[in-house]
Amino acid sequence: MENIVKMPLRPRNMRVRWGRWLALAVALCLPIEARSQPAATDTVAKQGEYLARAGDCVACHTNPGGKLFAGGRPMPTPFGTLYTSNITPDAATGIGKWSADEFYAMLHTGRSRDGGLLYPAMPFGAYTKVTRTDSDAIFSYLRSVVPVSAPNKPHDLRFPYNNRSLILGWRTLYFTEGEYKPDAAKSGEWNRGAYLVQGLGHCAMCHTAINALGGSSEAQAFQGGLIPMQNWYAPSLTSNKEAGLGDWSIADISDYLGKGVSHRGAVYGPMAEVVYNSLQHLTAGDTRAMSVYLKSLAEGSPPGAPVSTVAGAESSLLMTLGKTVYDGHCASCHGAQGRGLTPQYPPLAGNQSIQMESAVNPIRMVLNGGYPPGTAGNPMPHGMPPYAQILSDDEVAAVVSYIRRAWGNRGTAISARQANELRSALLD
Amino acid sequence: MRRMKTFLRSISVQARRRRLARPTPFAALLLWALVPLRPAHAQAIERAPDTMEARLQPCAACHGAQGQGVANSDSFPRLAGKPAGYLYNQLVAFRIGRRHYAPMNYLLEFQLDPYLRAMAEFYAAQRPPLPAPAVPIVSNDVLRLGQSIVMHGDPSRGIPACSGCHGPSFTGMEPAIPGLLGLKPSYISAQLGAWRYGTRTATAPDCMQIVAGHLTEGDVTAVAAWLSTLPSPENAAPLPRGTLALPLACGSEPS
Ligand code: HEC
Ligand code: HEC
Ligand code: HEC
Ligand code: HEC
Ligand code: HEC
Repeated sequence: MENIVKMPLRPRNMRVRWGRWLALAVALCLPIEARSQPAATDTVAKQGEYLARAGDCVACHTNPGGKLFAGGRPMPTPFGTLYTSNITPDAATGIGKWSADEFYAMLHTGRSRDGGLLYPAMPFGAYTKVTRTDSDAIFSYLRSVVPVSAPNKPHDLRFPYNNRSLILGWRTLYFTEGEYKPDAAKSGEWNRGAYLVQGLGHCAMCHTAINALGGSSEAQAFQGGLIPMQNWYAPSLTSNKEAGLGDWSIADISDYLGKGVSHRGAVYGPMAEVVYNSLQHLTAGDTRAMSVYLKSLAEGSPPGAPVSTVAGAESSLLMTLGKTVYDGHCASCHGAQGRGLTPQYPPLAGNQSIQMESAVNPIRMVLNGGYPPGTAGNPMPHGMPPYAQILSDDEVAAVVSYIRRAWGNRGTAISARQANELRSALLD
Repeated sequence: MRRMKTFLRSISVQARRRRLARPTPFAALLLWALVPLRPAHAQAIERAPDTMEARLQPCAACHGAQGQGVANSDSFPRLAGKPAGYLYNQLVAFRIGRRHYAPMNYLLEFQLDPYLRAMAEFYAAQRPPLPAPAVPIVSNDVLRLGQSIVMHGDPSRGIPACSGCHGPSFTGMEPAIPGLLGLKPSYISAQLGAWRYGTRTATAPDCMQIVAGHLTEGDVTAVAAWLSTLPSPENAAPLPRGTLALPLACGSEPS
């Protein structure tokens, strides 16, 4: 617990991930009765701090370099900008007047203290699974942080999205209220993992396809999605064609989540924020439980079908150029055979995450480079240089096509245009 | 099984170290038998080098392996030999987005303080030679104006001499005032411009904001041009802390 307190907090890059709520509906107002709240003991608040880490509240509710939980962080969406709320115990501008009942009702139902509907950018669709005991602990922790007087900024959404009654349509399609129900057929460890992944972890907010209506539906939970406004792809966690955790060892999944590096892959992009602020602070037991659950999600799904190995003249030219670029710039770390120098330099051969249908992630890796997040288990990560200023679009396309197809990898080739389109992704 | 692998591995390492000079017949046989089965065997025992040089390869792409700067770039600054406290302050500023350069903001976003400090200390300790002084592309009048502002300031406009803080030979001062040698005029102009427009800030009181705020665009060009013509001093190390009494208080440099 010690290190939880000391780690500097880094809020999430807010070009985030969540659905549209296009369908029209009528707003309902359910006034919620205020009750007195129980006095928080110190250990309860400590437990609440741990759970708030697991829920990654800080990522959205704290501005970079700003006061803890004072909110006001902009979240750009395709429909305008939302600003997160002040959740410090300040009576006038924060949640100082809330009761534990009201707080639980908000997490559980996605309705504000006055009954108004919350935008699903606040991941209540996942937090609804949180138990009353855990909700109370988080609440008593939030009551213990320094109150900050900072009025909530009004959201800046375009018509008609500025009408909260639209949320009702989204809720009808995508929101199922209810605490996590343990599966009696599974182990306690599996259930603990499922509770954390589905609930506080709100992993499905990114790891789920954004469908036509922009919601992430229960049936599609964890099936992978392109995060809107952010140009990253969060792979499906249920399929061996994508993240394919089914054939990772529990130790590798735990290292990936807890340390940010593993013998199978390293953490980057928006996932780096999740590991930095949240997952690295979980106990070894909780990390392992999540790994057990995640591995079971993908087990049994078929691996990707091999693509035709017959290459046309054009694509063999691409592969030749790709190999030249690879041997010149990449092999020193990732190895001539793509095996990496693990865990610091991830393997590329047999790495599912670079072979997925969406090539956004490997293209962005090559353009922008990156460091896995700094964690207690890997405090001084090795990193990858950016190549945007060194390689042309053709060279980027060639080397990404090469790593997607060499050494038995089954990905498809990509074009110079795809590479070019992502050049500006870092800057906007 | 595991033990066996470890054993085989240790033999093959030793054999490689001796460049297979005189492997025992037994080990040679084993090695031969191993090759077709585990072609990647040698890789499995290699590690990424546990050094700062290896860790800072992403930075070397733009700043050079020793932080000497990159000759053909106008905007990738030299880092070598600047005081560690100054470099650390900049890395923190990039991490929280107070100083803006997207590729660096991205690389540093999720790195811990002690790591940033280690990066700063690495570059502060490097002493690659300074580049040859630039051949000025401005007139002698402009250079004279630059020299006069840098060496004497302009009291009538409230501009203190740059040398009063950056040192008489512009090597900076511990812990947090940078040297101004080996920088391209375009980089110096861009930084002074960023302070004038408020896009670069330092810990309050931000003395450089006050200094840059008094400079005209013409002053900036002149100062940047003259600074880039300076030869390297005998001793390029920053002055010890407290050597100079600063003409203005600087939040980053405790007096
Ligand atoms: C992905 C970003 C995100 C995360 C993670 C997140 N929130 Fe929020 N939260 C929001 C946004 C956006 C709002 C404003 C919603 C609105 O106005 O409809 C909000 C609103 C709230 C409110 C105010 C609701 C009201 O009725 O005014 C509370 C309290 C709150 N969040 C608590 C939490 C807690 C506790 C956590 C962690 C367990 C958390 N949030 C995690 C984005 C987030
Ligand atoms: C902010 C969006 C976001 C959230 C929230 C998020 N992820 Fe991710 N995740 C990503 C992205 C993007 C990637 C791809 C980048 C990578 O592999 O590091 C990824 C990758 C992964 C991978 C690696 C897959 C592979 O094959 O390499 C795992 C495992 C994973 N996430 C698990 C989780 C879990 C568990 C949670 C919830 C505790 C979670 N993620 C929450 C965005 C997110
Ligand atoms: C200096 C060592 C180094 C070099 C050179 C290098 N990389 Fe990397 N690469 C890394 C590291 C470290 C990571 C993990 C980065 C992270 O997690 O942010 C990585 C990650 C990746 C990934 C993501 C892997 C995954 O798990 O999904 C891809 C793809 C990749 N590199 C491709 C390349 C290509 C192509 C080149 C050459 C153009 C290259 N790398 C050059 C060190 C390197
Ligand atoms: C893509 C090129 C690029 C990469 C990669 C890069 N930098 Fe930079 N760096 C720059 C540029 C450009 C600036 C000047 C930005 C500005 O105008 O403020 C800079 C500025 C700096 C400064 C401030 C210098 C000063 O004198 O004020 C430091 C310190 C620094 N970089 C360190 C690093 C470290 C450490 C890394 C690796 C983690 C790194 N950089 C990676 C381009 C790069
Ligand atoms: C009162 C002391 C003081 C004076 C006078 C002063 N400087 Fe500075 N300067 C500083 C400090 C402190 C910093 C570091 C600020 C930071 O931490 O970002 C700095 C930084 C700089 C930088 C940024 C260097 C880099 O590598 O990015 C430049 C350029 C600069 N000064 C130029 C000048 C010029 C030109 C003058 C004279 C016109 C001048 N300074 C006068 C204190 C001073």
